[in-house]
Amino acid sequence: MAYEAVIGLECHIQLNTRSKMFCGCPAEFGAAANSNVCPVCLGLPGALPVTNRAAVDAAVRLGLALGSAIRGESVFARKHYFYPDMPKNYQITQYDRPLCEGGALPVRLGETRRGFDLIRVHAEEDTGKSFHPERHGDRQVSRVDFNRAGVPLLELVTQPDFREPAECAAFLTTLRRLVRWLGISDGDMEKGQLRCDANVSIRPPGQPAFGTKTELKNLNSIKGVEKGLAAEIARQTRVVTGGGTIEQATLLYDADHDKLAIMRTKEHAHDYRYFPEPDLPLLRVDQAWVAAARADLPELPWDRAARFVARYGLPDYDAGLLCDQRELADYYEAVAARTDGKLASNWVMTEVLRVLKERGWSLADCSARVPAARLADLLERVLARALPGPLAKQVFAWMVDEPGDVDALLARHAVSVRSSDADLIPLVQAALDEHPGPVAQYLAGKTATLGFLVGQVMKKSGGQAVPQAVKELLEAELKKRASAG
Amino acid sequence: MSAARDAWRLPATALAEAVRSGGLAVEAAVESGWAGPAAQWEADVRAVVHRDDSARAAGAAAARRLPAEAPLRGVPVLVKDNLCTTDFPTTCASRVLAGYRPPYDATVIRRLRAAGAVVVGKGNMDEFAMGSSTEFSCYGPTRNPFDLERVPGGSSGGPAAAVAYGLCPLALGSDTGGSVRQPAAFCGVFGLKPTYGRLSRYGLVAFGSSLDQVGIFARHAGDAAAAYAALAGPDPCDATTRLSPVPDVARWEHGVQGLRFGWPANLWREGVEREVVAGLEAAAAALERAGATRVPFDFLPGEYAVATYYLVATAEASSNLARFDGVRYGFRHEDSPDVRALYTRTRSQGFGPEVQRRILLGTYALSAGYYDAYYLTAQRARTRIRREYQAAFARCDLMMMPAAPTLAFRLGEKLEDPLAMYLSDIFTIGANLAGIPGLTVPMGLAAADGRPALPRAVQLLGPDDAEPVLLAAGRALEVRGEVARLEARHETEVAWPTKR
Repeated sequence: MAYEAVIGLECHIQLNTRSKMFCGCPAEFGAAANSNVCPVCLGLPGALPVTNRAAVDAAVRLGLALGSAIRGESVFARKHYFYPDMPKNYQITQYDRPLCEGGALPVRLGETRRGFDLIRVHAEEDTGKSFHPERHGDRQVSRVDFNRAGVPLLELVTQPDFREPAECAAFLTTLRRLVRWLGISDGDMEKGQLRCDANVSIRPPGQPAFGTKTELKNLNSIKGVEKGLAAEIARQTRVVTGGGTIEQATLLYDADHDKLAIMRTKEHAHDYRYFPEPDLPLLRVDQAWVAAARADLPELPWDRAARFVARYGLPDYDAGLLCDQRELADYYEAVAARTDGKLASNWVMTEVLRVLKERGWSLADCSARVPAARLADLLERVLARALPGPLAKQVFAWMVDEPGDVDALLARHAVSVRSSDADLIPLVQAALDEHPGPVAQYLAGKTATLGFLVGQVMKKSGGQAVPQAVKELLEAELKKRASAG
Repeated sequence: MSAARDAWRLPATALAEAVRSGGLAVEAAVESGWAGPAAQWEADVRAVVHRDDSARAAGAAAARRLPAEAPLRGVPVLVKDNLCTTDFPTTCASRVLAGYRPPYDATVIRRLRAAGAVVVGKGNMDEFAMGSSTEFSCYGPTRNPFDLERVPGGSSGGPAAAVAYGLCPLALGSDTGGSVRQPAAFCGVFGLKPTYGRLSRYGLVAFGSSLDQVGIFARHAGDAAAAYAALAGPDPCDATTRLSPVPDVARWEHGVQGLRFGWPANLWREGVEREVVAGLEAAAAALERAGATRVPFDFLPGEYAVATYYLVATAEASSNLARFDGVRYGFRHEDSPDVRALYTRTRSQGFGPEVQRRILLGTYALSAGYYDAYYLTAQRARTRIRREYQAAFARCDLMMMPAAPTLAFRLGEKLEDPLAMYLSDIFTIGANLAGIPGLTVPMGLAAADGRPALPRAVQLLGPDDAEPVLLAAGRALEVRGEVARLEARHETEVAWPTKR
């Protein structure tokens, strides 16, 4: 019997604010261990938290992008558990009155688009990082780096709306794109900037009640989420079909070995003893704040992709790809504004993305060298048939490394475009003279040989001729020879 | 007698004035209590837990470099051992913080230093401010300077006793449920607990975050006002500080003409010692002579105030004290096979019995299944208690009541009975639950056969930001009443009480 899986996700998004959630320490990644710390994020006796408004603003922006309701007054709470990388042995988070409630993330699944409903989004602080255990003389020691302690996180909790691991992967991909688009996080799962836990249960199809769920932790890549969930669904299915029952538990997924390990069972579940954080007043986000955040919100990726389809006539797929990154969409649109939208899309998706990939550049690296106007200028020449395609690609490659407009680059590389009749007619004549066979075939009505003749002229021009022009000259010359013959 | 030799008797403001006018060197002012005759009493009283001659000298040197206008320049101040100081250890009188020296100064300490005052040491206390007698200290008890067989009150017993015997004219304590006002009463000094949020808590090691407030001990109302003016005000490091302008305590000199003081005599109809009631009568009469009006009414500050207080305070404490685990600082049990054992052993050996009792109570109150019945109910009761105080202050400018139901009690008297100890806080916890300011005013000595005369005192409570009114009334009582002062005893050559 096939079972249906029911999955809910809990995602943590590490914000890219300059300072930490409750103190002024830099939130940057990669500093020397325990160098970005102060009494507050180390939880020293007597230290008190002060809320980072930039982090709250990021939460408001994400909430607005997702269509969540923003609470005017929300409450920070303490969540207690003892762990060496948690300096206060409680985490400042939100509990029964979170900042953002409801909303949905629209996700493309193949040809369809589906909104996955959210329960909440709130801001909280990250923990430090443990390294254990290591040998130290004759002892095993664990070490802790508190640089990450207090870095702002957003926690996003979905409704149990997912039925397939692939849906979860698509959701995370879309979420990652959104947080980057909003500029609130780099969303790199490998660096822990986007983390995901999942609640999973299975039930016979058609049964409305949920089964007993387990929590899956340590899903630290999108592939890992998909594989981990598949493994857990398979495990639960085996247990149930074998006549067993699912026990409430927290499991760790080991992606390297595709293995699940039980971390704790229900008897050992934490009692987090939440209560309102007395060191912080109510978090007030008034209408003016929300209005300012809304006004500051960029056009969202799914809206922008839809507009690209409508305005520039792009296929859905191309529009979606261009809207994968906000900088890419901006660049594309700046090019498209100056030339043909479809041509611009082809060029950005092939030539520009190729350069990024080959050189490991960011879009900014590339657009610093080839600004949108410079690329648009090149594409205008292509459109006007003033440049052959392969040569245009060569010019683009020169643009990446050299200054100067199209003419200057052509001059510097001693390339003249042979687009005038005077340039090309001798080449056309020569090609016809050298290949009497194909000429005869053409004249006998086998016009397909024209392609061969175009190729011969192109070869003679060293690729500098525009094929369309060559074709027209050839046709005219062949016509002349036919009537002469 | 030289000016320097007598300087320990001076009020803080007079000491600072002597420094400003050039009559007294900064160093001489700072050393006035430590080098003067008062210091001999420390050996018996044991108010100070961390002393360091070179740190004191460094503090004096720093004060000397400040401009002459610094209002408290050269004034020595003993601060409770739960206020973070970079130049003295800060241990909350707990083994769990043995040897801990903070890398930063509490905001009130920074402001003290900026005003020219010099931290001269750390005062004894009940461990983590949990207690009413200063007997729950890992350093042993502090004794009441008026009777060494008795407690100085608590939890800020060390600072209160030091000000009483003359080591320094000012001291800082903390008041979560009366820990400044009750020891001030037992030791015969002024004790001010400001409105919640007026003094920064940054650097005050937290006990009950929503109740804690730094408080001031002084022998004179004017000194308490000067210290308040130097310390109060918003702090960007403490999100719970009040942002509105600080009430102007210069008004403390304006007297009490026309002031209405509430007289909830139902509170002391039973269970309050006769001498305490006599103190209240004397204070009321003195205020009336100064032009104030007595407004009698019955006041029931929530029948459940003690229960409410002990739920809120222990819940917050159980959370605040979670960080003392031996991982990052302070005491660590060295022989632990794993991290669970490290936590358990460090905390079992690092915390004393009263602290462990309260952590357990608070953990229980916050636990799943009990939270609604205990913590939430306590929060609702707290809101009601605050409203009851507000209603009372609609009828008067301030209220007078005892600071404690008894005079200073004997060492060990309540040690084995936590509930009796908790109940002795009944008059002080209301101000912390309601967030309002309170001031203990000493009212002379109560003599009795078979024991040395003991200080008696009254407590004045006011609505939010009533510090100027409280200090004005305190000043009126200081002039009109009879303030218990060891200096007077010393001057009349009364023998210092000897240990029995």
